[in-house]
Amino acid sequence: MRPIPKMRMEPSDQRLAKEAATGDGAAFATLLARHYDRVFAMAFRLTGSRAEAEDLTQDICAALPVKMARFDGQARFTTWLYRVVVNAAHDRRRRQASHAKAADGWGDWELARQAANAETAERIDWLTHAMRALPDDLRDTLALVLDDMTHADAAEVLQISEGTVSWRISEAKKRLKELKEKEENA
Amino acid sequence: MSDDFDLDDLKAAMTAATPTPDDARKAENLALAQKNFDRFQGSADEPRPTSDAPKRGLFRGVFSMLQTFPAKAALTATTAMVAVGMVVYLPNLTNTSDFDDLIRVERDVTAVEVEEQVVVGAVAKDERRKQAAPVAEAPTTSLAAPAPQPNGVLDYDSAAGFAVSGEMASAEPSLDVMHIEPNTEAFPEAEANPLKVTTEDPVSTFSIDVDTASYGIVRNSIENGYLPHVDAVRIEEMVNYFPYDYAAPAHGEAPFATHVTTFQTPWNDGTQLVHIGLQGQLPAVEDRPPLNLVFLIDTSGSMNSPDKLPLLKQSFALMLSELRDEDSVAIVTYAGSAGQVLAPTAASERATILASLNQLDAGGSTAGQAGLQQAYATAEAMSEEGDVSRVILATDGDFNVGLSDPDALKDYISDKRDSGTYLSVLGFGRGNLDDATMQALAQNGNGQAAYIDTLNEAQKVLVDQLTGALFPIANDVKIQVEFNPAQVAEYRLIGYETRILNREDFNNDKVDAGEIGAGHSVTALYEITPVDSQARLTDPLRYGAEADTDGSNEFGFLKLRYKAPGADTSQLIETPITGTVTGTAEASADMRFAAAIAGFGQLLKEDKYLGDWSWGDAIALANGARGADSFGYRAEAVQLMRLAESLSAQQ
Repeated sequence: MRPIPKMRMEPSDQRLAKEAATGDGAAFATLLARHYDRVFAMAFRLTGSRAEAEDLTQDICAALPVKMARFDGQARFTTWLYRVVVNAAHDRRRRQASHAKAADGWGDWELARQAANAETAERIDWLTHAMRALPDDLRDTLALVLDDMTHADAAEVLQISEGTVSWRISEAKKRLKELKEKEENA
Repeated sequence: MSDDFDLDDLKAAMTAATPTPDDARKAENLALAQKNFDRFQGSADEPRPTSDAPKRGLFRGVFSMLQTFPAKAALTATTAMVAVGMVVYLPNLTNTSDFDDLIRVERDVTAVEVEEQVVVGAVAKDERRKQAAPVAEAPTTSLAAPAPQPNGVLDYDSAAGFAVSGEMASAEPSLDVMHIEPNTEAFPEAEANPLKVTTEDPVSTFSIDVDTASYGIVRNSIENGYLPHVDAVRIEEMVNYFPYDYAAPAHGEAPFATHVTTFQTPWNDGTQLVHIGLQGQLPAVEDRPPLNLVFLIDTSGSMNSPDKLPLLKQSFALMLSELRDEDSVAIVTYAGSAGQVLAPTAASERATILASLNQLDAGGSTAGQAGLQQAYATAEAMSEEGDVSRVILATDGDFNVGLSDPDALKDYISDKRDSGTYLSVLGFGRGNLDDATMQALAQNGNGQAAYIDTLNEAQKVLVDQLTGALFPIANDVKIQVEFNPAQVAEYRLIGYETRILNREDFNNDKVDAGEIGAGHSVTALYEITPVDSQARLTDPLRYGAEADTDGSNEFGFLKLRYKAPGADTSQLIETPITGTVTGTAEASADMRFAAAIAGFGQLLKEDKYLGDWSWGDAIALANGARGADSFGYRAEAVQLMRLAESLSAQQ
């Protein structure tokens, strides 16, 4: 992923993360404030619903302090953080999987219809449809890559090989293309 | 670029669709994170994984299970809840500094739980263990009593909100059940056995396994409307749950007969299944030696639900009717402190035994190790020449207080095994079932682990299969198969992940392995790919050594080692795996059924080798192979598959 634009005087993520890992509350606060929006955006991409994303972000915030203590600086902080987000999303999905009431966020058509911006509504509808058509693993991988991650970074986050990421992306593209053609022909 | 799809559109749409976070929630969440951060820094101990606690991903499925519980049931079901409950009770008692300490520790532990789903069981146990002494000495004994009290549900919510998820409970009440992690179930984590290439790794070695606990857990999960945790699925235990009608050995031969058959794999046209069936001899039941049984019964607070202690009492009462007058029974309980409830008593005095069984009451925490030590001491005192002594541990798996170190406990059990006392483990109830520890205990104690969720299961394990469960006929049974690279390109052992041995362990009589009881049958399945098969997943190496074509059409060579009970040296049985293959339809009903159950397990666990073989195929195969099925076990399995099919369609 691209480095986050920041002022020159600000301490690096890596340094803050190490300080937070050793118990520095101020470093932790700075770090989380800096990345909160990103975490939320990623949570949205993984869940496809605003409400779910808010809840997932809350889960992550509640759990992050404990996880933080085990950040060892081996991975880049953002990579590590994304891994936390993806794992939290998996856990949450798993928890809901057998829950009869579980609503697949991307399947939540109502939400898409309520999209306030009429101009983008159609595209969002297509997006919802498209994301919904993908299995979880392809969707997660795609969400990371759409967030400007390289395949190598996405591989590190998902703890799979880069080749698998590339394969999943091409598989996702293939499916999306089929979907689009089907719609256009319909 | 005709097969490419432009992601830019999608990306633009995604960016447009991504909302900005709600400011109020953001502030709340940041505050929550900070609060948890500060709280976490206050805790003295880092959570540390223990060697037998699976590391990651453990609690998938467990949450879903929790959701199927009403809050009250979840409350009474687990001891992690006890920790949560204690937080609430303590504020009334905060006059002494000891209690302040206790509160702080418990609070930290529960805070850790939010995210340390896996480690938390161990941590909570550790912490509780450390705290056990002050609690015990404290004047208020009610502290240790976990039974949740009149206003239990209320406490549960407020405690959880306090300890776990900050303001969440008030924000979304429907979510708070989900956010409490009271469930401490633990399953051994093992990757499915990988495909092996015969030219690289021609030898496969494992220990046999007669446990059936996994099938019980799988059934219990499915019947409660959720798919089992993948680590709870152990295919060999599912396959071995069912009785098979393999021919028993003739008298004077080895204690068990070995049958090897190869037939067409139902889920892959290009591979075959090598079916290895062992059948233990069934000695004349009248001749059996007297039994000394020590029931070691967990009466901790967590056992206080209908599917635990009450079911356990009924189960043992059933078993009692199968015992003979010359057998004897003792009962040791463990909860808080271990105690002998019934001194060794002849089985003929049924009324006395039943009366003390019925007096058992759940309460207190679990002093597993002390209980186990006392049970073994009792068993040794009861033992006379020629008797079979066995400790039967009945627990929901919460085996913690007083347990200094899980490895030390295993060593202790191994020592006792060498002294001739066996250990069987019966699991009851769900919620904090420590399947991993139960497995480890039974494997080290030369015993069987079974999971009992209904009286029917108690009937099967404790009455129908009593002799098999209690009378070992062969110890340390190991199987080693060498595949012939000229015939078999690839092979894969289905199941037995927790039972794999090193190649060199096969001939080492010091290495422990599984036991076969009287009348037990054991089944193992290999999926093999012939060298000329289209289904080969790996290509032959261009520069690899040519497989030596020695003209033999054998698929491989099977070697078995076992020890007669009490013997120190093993005996060897050898038999070739001939190259004869029958079609699936021509295989016996037993073999087809075993294959269907292996398929069922793979569908639940990992189905990457199954191709497009579906639930429907598994159901059809099992349904067509039910055979006599006099107790309806196979019919039940078919029903379970149908349920699992519907459940997996929901996912």
